[in-house]
Amino acid sequence: MSVQQRLNASPAPARRRKSWRLGRHSVIALPYGWLLLFFILPFAFVLKISLAEADMAIPPYTALVEWLDETTLTIQLTFSKYQLLLEDRLYLSAYLNSLKIAAISTVFCLLIGFPIALFIVSRPPHARFFWLAMVMLPFWTSMLLRVYAWIGILQSNGLLNTFLMDVGIINQPLVLLHTDLAVYLGIVYSYLPFMVLPLYAALEKLDPALLEASADLGARPSVSFFTVTLPLAVPGIVAGCLLVFVPAVGEFVIPALLGAPDTLMIGRVLWDEFFANRDWPMASAVAIVMLIVLVAPVMLVRARETATRDEA
Amino acid sequence: MEHRSAGAGPGGSAAEPFVRIEGITKRFGATVAVNRIDLDIQRSELFCLLGGSGSGKSTLLRMLAGFEQPSEGRILIDGQDMTGVPAYERPVNMMFQSYALFPHMSVSDNVAYGLRRGGVARAEIRKRVADMLDMVKMGDYAQRKPHQLSGGQRQRVALARALVRQPKLLLLDEPLGALDKKLREETQFELMKIQSQLGTTFIVVTHDQDEAMTLASRMGVMQDGRLVQVGGPRDLYEFPVNRFVARFIGAVNLFEAVLIEDEPGHARLRCAETGGVFYVSHGVSGTPGQTMHLALRPEKINLTRDKPDGEENVAPGVIDEIAYLGNLSVYQVRLDTGRLIHVTLPNLDRHEGEAFEIGNRVFCSWGPASAVVLPA
Repeated sequence: MSVQQRLNASPAPARRRKSWRLGRHSVIALPYGWLLLFFILPFAFVLKISLAEADMAIPPYTALVEWLDETTLTIQLTFSKYQLLLEDRLYLSAYLNSLKIAAISTVFCLLIGFPIALFIVSRPPHARFFWLAMVMLPFWTSMLLRVYAWIGILQSNGLLNTFLMDVGIINQPLVLLHTDLAVYLGIVYSYLPFMVLPLYAALEKLDPALLEASADLGARPSVSFFTVTLPLAVPGIVAGCLLVFVPAVGEFVIPALLGAPDTLMIGRVLWDEFFANRDWPMASAVAIVMLIVLVAPVMLVRARETATRDEA
Repeated sequence: MEHRSAGAGPGGSAAEPFVRIEGITKRFGATVAVNRIDLDIQRSELFCLLGGSGSGKSTLLRMLAGFEQPSEGRILIDGQDMTGVPAYERPVNMMFQSYALFPHMSVSDNVAYGLRRGGVARAEIRKRVADMLDMVKMGDYAQRKPHQLSGGQRQRVALARALVRQPKLLLLDEPLGALDKKLREETQFELMKIQSQLGTTFIVVTHDQDEAMTLASRMGVMQDGRLVQVGGPRDLYEFPVNRFVARFIGAVNLFEAVLIEDEPGHARLRCAETGGVFYVSHGVSGTPGQTMHLALRPEKINLTRDKPDGEENVAPGVIDEIAYLGNLSVYQVRLDTGRLIHVTLPNLDRHEGEAFEIGNRVFCSWGPASAVVLPA
């Protein structure tokens, strides 16, 4: 009500400006509200659980804030889970292994995705849709189904081994399933569209006259690629790598189905802590650290982007 | 206006032509974009290819640059056959219509790009880039990115980038197309100055006849993939070979007329559209009774209130419309036959006093050397 009164008291132009500012603020508030509701709040919950102890109760962790009696309020915070995370080599190697697998998969996605995106862009415009659809189409079936299909291909009496033995290249089936190789195959296969689409978007904006200009100025096609195409595709490369790398780090289904039992990835550790050990605080701590490990580089990239844009 | 007279015409000079285009044809599927073109261009010439959109002028330029391969024929540059030579190995540079500046590089990196590909020493590159940027008056903008420049500044950078490798031949695709009228006029003269300073052979593609007339020492008019006429600006304006060229370059009144008398020194044609007889002071090598076309430029017609002497080269009419353009006025005259013709007269007097007004009865008249007889 007081706001209303103040608005009425102020002269007309100022009021218009003020209400306009109010409208502008509410527009900005929308994404922030979204972020608060679906990111900050869940994050706070998980953070809270990670600072508790596991307990045989429902929910299975100790309360953070508790009334001891009528007058005493106790707050119990324990960083023991984080301490354990640092001390137990298992967690550290799970993190490192996840980052390694995600990084290598991202590199392969880029190496395979870039030629695909270049190929699609080089098609006449009406044919591009067809090729984009070919990239997207597998995506419309369940991911679980597609990963199971890889089991059928890779297992010792699967399609690939049968084919290789029929052709006579090998005598004994190769051990392909439940190896790191299978995990890489699965991740690269599953996340390739996330790489191709942003690359396509970046390359499609590239003016063909620029490549003619570089050729005209004496650059061979390979030199043109490294001095013109690649630098101008950087936004697409960064976007594609983030879209592949970030979910690949936390990937659970692919290593669980295609990986060896000892393929240690943080997604599996998280699953085990939650469902096998029922140690919710530990699982939460694992999740929080993973988030920090993943969000920090993204924020760095964003900050750099904004800085260069401001500079320009 | 002064025009350099390099290159007396196709095959006219004894010297080997610098660029020789021999029977070039380019097909895209079923369409013929460029149709059997032969053209010689002399060293240090500023040659303009003039034509409407789809006339094949840009395709011809792209074949010179090496972006398109001719379906038939061959191109020789400085005596060297360019067949199969890729764009990056040709002694040719191009200035693109869109300028095609590299958006991720500064102005100086854009200009240095061609030199870095050519194995030029670092210090040498720096010096040549600086010199070139000074020449196009962009020295102060060396560290800017292309998107921080105005259209005219980008045009200069594009020119500097194309010239810094000291190409034997510079191709310019609508070099002034993206500039506004005033800037375009200034830049035209700058281009000519740079060209004569460096002595580089320029081939300019344009659809703008004024631009071509201003820039070119020689020009070629293209229509439907063919080179219709090649010559100096004056040749094309005063002696067009057909109605297309007459219409394309400058304004013109075209008439159909029947040849009634053809002598070596003169000819007479009866024209139903003017209701009179054209007397032209040159023979036309036709047969009497043959239908021919006459081109008469608006500025070559005079308007008088009184009937001039003689019965030929005159047509009475009424002023239908007047457009005052400052330096001259364009009059639309409806002849007694119903035909509208355009007449332009310079505004010599600042006062309206004796000026013609709409509805005035006038006589249009012209001299025996004013009209051109066109066979087609």
